Amino acid sequence: MRDVSFGQYYPTGSVIHRLDPRAKVIFSVIFMVTIFFVVSYVGYAVVALFLALVCLISRIPVRNLIKSVKAIIFIMLFTAIINIFFYDSGKVLFEWWKIKITLGGIDFAIKMALRISLLVMGTSLLSFTTTPMELTDAIESLLKPLKFIGVPVHDIALIMSIALRFIPGLMDETDKIMMAQKARGAEIDTGGLIKKVKALLPVLIPLFVSAIRRADELADALDARCYNATEKRTKMKVLRLSYRDAIAFLVVAAFATLIFLDKYLVGGADSYIVEFFKGLAA
Amino acid sequence: MQIVVKDVNYVYSAHTPFERHALKGVNLTINEGDFLGIIGHTGSGKSTFIMHLNGLFKLQSGEIDVFDIKLVPDKKNKSDLRRLRGTVGMVFQYPEYQLFEDTVEKDVAFGPKNMGLDDEEVKKRVKRAIGLVGLDYDDVKDRAPFELSGGQKRRVAIAGIIAMQPKVLILDEPTAGLDPYGKEQILSLITRLKQECSPTVIVISHDVDEITRFANRIVVFNDGKVMFDLPMNELFRHADELHAVGLEVPKAVRIAQKLRERGIELGDVVSLNDLLHAIVTAYNKKHMDEPVKTDVSFSAFDFDADGGHVCTQSGEDKR
Repeated sequence: MRDVSFGQYYPTGSVIHRLDPRAKVIFSVIFMVTIFFVVSYVGYAVVALFLALVCLISRIPVRNLIKSVKAIIFIMLFTAIINIFFYDSGKVLFEWWKIKITLGGIDFAIKMALRISLLVMGTSLLSFTTTPMELTDAIESLLKPLKFIGVPVHDIALIMSIALRFIPGLMDETDKIMMAQKARGAEIDTGGLIKKVKALLPVLIPLFVSAIRRADELADALDARCYNATEKRTKMKVLRLSYRDAIAFLVVAAFATLIFLDKYLVGGADSYIVEFFKGLAA
Repeated sequence: MQIVVKDVNYVYSAHTPFERHALKGVNLTINEGDFLGIIGHTGSGKSTFIMHLNGLFKLQSGEIDVFDIKLVPDKKNKSDLRRLRGTVGMVFQYPEYQLFEDTVEKDVAFGPKNMGLDDEEVKKRVKRAIGLVGLDYDDVKDRAPFELSGGQKRRVAIAGIIAMQPKVLILDEPTAGLDPYGKEQILSLITRLKQECSPTVIVISHDVDEITRFANRIVVFNDGKVMFDLPMNELFRHADELHAVGLEVPKAVRIAQKLRERGIELGDVVSLNDLLHAIVTAYNKKHMDEPVKTDVSFSAFDFDADGGHVCTQSGEDKR
């Protein structure tokens, strides 16, 4: 448990880490939207190249990115299999009863798998390079316009940051309590399901007790300092856009433009490449 | 019968930017009957070290032998671990946070039950343990642990470990967060437990004054290594080195040092009781014609079962 660092923040101090978190959140959204417009393998190559570039600049080990894909490998395989068996288009390669494997199906399954894994890699790059606190700050700042329709943006942000702030502490606490009960001979990770659930009680009860105690103490501390979430508040770290964010925006925009050009203007560059190689062969 | 620790290393969060080398080749032998104090700065590896002694951390490298139960890396032996947990009792910091049952009796019984003892034996041990920590069994057994006072809760938690009748008792900062009265109670409890229950006791403490009250040997951890391993009276001759790593020497040693600078030689003094005796002896040497009684000692608070505040200044035993 101790080895699980909360979130995935991986500090290297790179340019990407130092970008304005709001910009990074927006870029991630652009990235996610763009990836759904990729139609050709050339497009996926562009996405992969873009990710590789970001990964290189941020100095995040590729191992970590691959690890993040590993976490969803089951979903990926599941969708791929469903797509292969039930997506019906193009040349039929194999047919049995109601199941048909078609060339189009395989093509679609590969593209889908690529899409999911690149999507996950892209979003985990955001969490690798941004601390949870920066993220909440960014979200608060980006949601600000909603204030005008009466959404308590600051309260939501406060709740989010308190929750995030407490998670590492609670994980530590869980760890300690687990150790203490193990030292008393509790066997926490053995036995059947019911036994396991029962074995968790000695951990969960003290954990809840301490969580409630902490929440109480925090509430008292906030009260004692006359904290009021509705007042206009200033920030210790004011987010400011800089020339770096502008450059990053240009890169992201260029990337998105390439993908959209591929879809709407070229209509998928794959066929051109196939033609090109055919021409070479002939 | 002893605990032998050979070349133990431990790394937290290996291969990440959060990697931390907590133990760097620790060697230590703890003999049966030792009253061992462990001191060290926060992050010096002392807590990581003691958790290895009852198998809470998987050994990464090195070798540990606890009363002939051998621990080596990459070995998973459940029966050994269970035996180990029964042999080495571990009282964590703020142990009262681990209480979870609805009655004191059930909570104390948790450990012995996990050891697979029959109900009769469990009951016997629970009764004895609650008595040992100075609580009235009939009074507290059916109460909820959460309605007890802080000091009482801590004693119930310690009883939960004592009920397993470990041969080695490890306590991590046993007096943290208690008032002076509660501290005294826990300290005299520890001394009593060593006599009546667990012959080998290891105590981690930040407070050197506290540790000088009972330990006969002190191990100093610094930066994941054993820096000193000396009998108490020898350790504090290294006051400068200790100071360099941010550790204080006991008050009595500092007072004796100041007196020495003024030409009053008191010999090796470690605890406040030593100091008191040395001063009285020195006084008597000077006033041979009318000497004072030498049987003075601090036992600020006597330990009593009702939780009443009994305060005695001299060494009379009210127990």
